[in-house]
Amino acid sequence: MANPALVRSSGINPITTSDAVVQVRDICKNYGDIEALRGINLEFERGKLTTLLGPSGCGKTTLLKIIAGLVPGTSGEIIVNGRVVTGPGPERAFVFQDFALMPWATVLRNVAFGLELKGMASAERTRIARRYIEQVGLAGFEEKYPHELSGGMRQRVGIARAFAVNADVLLLDEPFSAVDEQNRRKFQEDLLQLVEQEKKTFIFVTHSIEEAVYVSDRIVLLSPRPGRISQIIDPMIDRSATPDDIRRDAGYLDVVEEIWQGLRQYAE
Amino acid sequence: MQMSVSPAKLDNGIGASKEAPITRGQAIRIFADERRSFWIVLSLAILFFAWEVAGRIPISFAFPTFSETILAFGEMVADGSMLKAYILTLQPLVLGVIVSAAVGIALGVAMGLSEKAEWLLAPVFIVLQAAPMAALVPLVTFVYGIGLTAKTLAVIMLALPVIVLNSYKAVRHVNPSLVDMCRSFQGNRMQQIFKIIIPDASPVLFAGLRLGIAAGFIGVMLAELLITPTGIGDLITYHRSVANYAHMYAAVASIIAVSTLTLAGLQYVETHLLRPEKRRK
Repeated sequence: MANPALVRSSGINPITTSDAVVQVRDICKNYGDIEALRGINLEFERGKLTTLLGPSGCGKTTLLKIIAGLVPGTSGEIIVNGRVVTGPGPERAFVFQDFALMPWATVLRNVAFGLELKGMASAERTRIARRYIEQVGLAGFEEKYPHELSGGMRQRVGIARAFAVNADVLLLDEPFSAVDEQNRRKFQEDLLQLVEQEKKTFIFVTHSIEEAVYVSDRIVLLSPRPGRISQIIDPMIDRSATPDDIRRDAGYLDVVEEIWQGLRQYAE
Repeated sequence: MQMSVSPAKLDNGIGASKEAPITRGQAIRIFADERRSFWIVLSLAILFFAWEVAGRIPISFAFPTFSETILAFGEMVADGSMLKAYILTLQPLVLGVIVSAAVGIALGVAMGLSEKAEWLLAPVFIVLQAAPMAALVPLVTFVYGIGLTAKTLAVIMLALPVIVLNSYKAVRHVNPSLVDMCRSFQGNRMQQIFKIIIPDASPVLFAGLRLGIAAGFIGVMLAELLITPTGIGDLITYHRSVANYAHMYAAVASIIAVSTLTLAGLQYVETHLLRPEKRRK
């Protein structure tokens, strides 16, 4: 089965790349008696979008939160830019599944919040926040409150907030799962543009195979109970085509099928 | 209250008669939709009307009509006895409420933030909240006599537990995702508490404060009726003893009105200062 769009590294241990911005070393996580993650070794390349994909209960969000420093691993270490980290840091920014916007603050203050916490002067953080609000397509909504926005717009606020702190690595925890299907597609297209423009490293968690194949440079498939890496797939999708053509492309559909075959054994 | 309803209705009547296509019924409906205060005024008007009717039947020789009560109220304001009573009543009330709010929110937030504080304090306040405090008021008199201290303590005893327990629950129910968000952007513990936890807890915090203040009013009335008659408690006791029922009801109704207005004022402060997004519906 020779598929030109599919280069699969068979590895539980992927080839070490010189330009890994985030390294995950032997991460295990237990919640009491429950083993959530076992022996995770991964490297995330600078400027790439890597997706953690798997059925629910495979620990993909847990792994993302361990990388973010929000949840401590039971053993193993996380190395960011060559340094072992034990908590959240300025080189990583998180986008939350439920948006995590402050309902009492305007869009502007929400987007600037990361900078506010760092103690940046009001005028400067407002200027930066306005730029990113415009970039995610929310110009004109600066003084609105989150409850006045749709789900999709709220997540744009969450993404703008993560961009505003200028972190090297963006961690996105199922960012589009609370967004309706139409907006989700538009979002995926916008995300690809942002990856292109911002030259940042993205680590993306999703349970949607199509979404993973569409946006990712590399897909890490996790198997559940305990969470382990089962497969690493690089879907070589030609992104110069229009979004609609990509979604009809045979290579794209083959990768989706390939992943589905790998995951169907876990479907209940 | 009655004063404000009549000109409004009058305006409506005039407007309706000028413009032919809009019937009187429609005009009233439009007016009612536009202003929520219309319903509040209407609700009070029905209550006062029922009171007036009940007083005129009369349901009891000791039950005055609404209009008699209003007249008695005017009389007591005019002769200064109402003002004098409020000066006395408000002292332990304001003092007790301020102490309860400050101490209660501080303790409740501490209990919400720290498990040790929770284990140490929660049982005490759960017992205190369950206890019928009126039974303890005589004990306070026994220890602290009949002065301001005893009355202030009575207010605190009623207001504090409910404020503490609500503040504690408020902090416990803060959205954990917001706290994670603050941590992920390297917010320190103080920023976490003051920029995330307290604002997110503020609706429940204020609900507790409202309940606490209402309990404080109960406390001060208990103190003034049980410890020694002063202030409004004295007005109620005195006018009852001389069978001035309209005056007695005026004193009772006035303290209810003050309590209601205080709570409404607190709600106004909350929505306008702390949670601006609640103003926009």
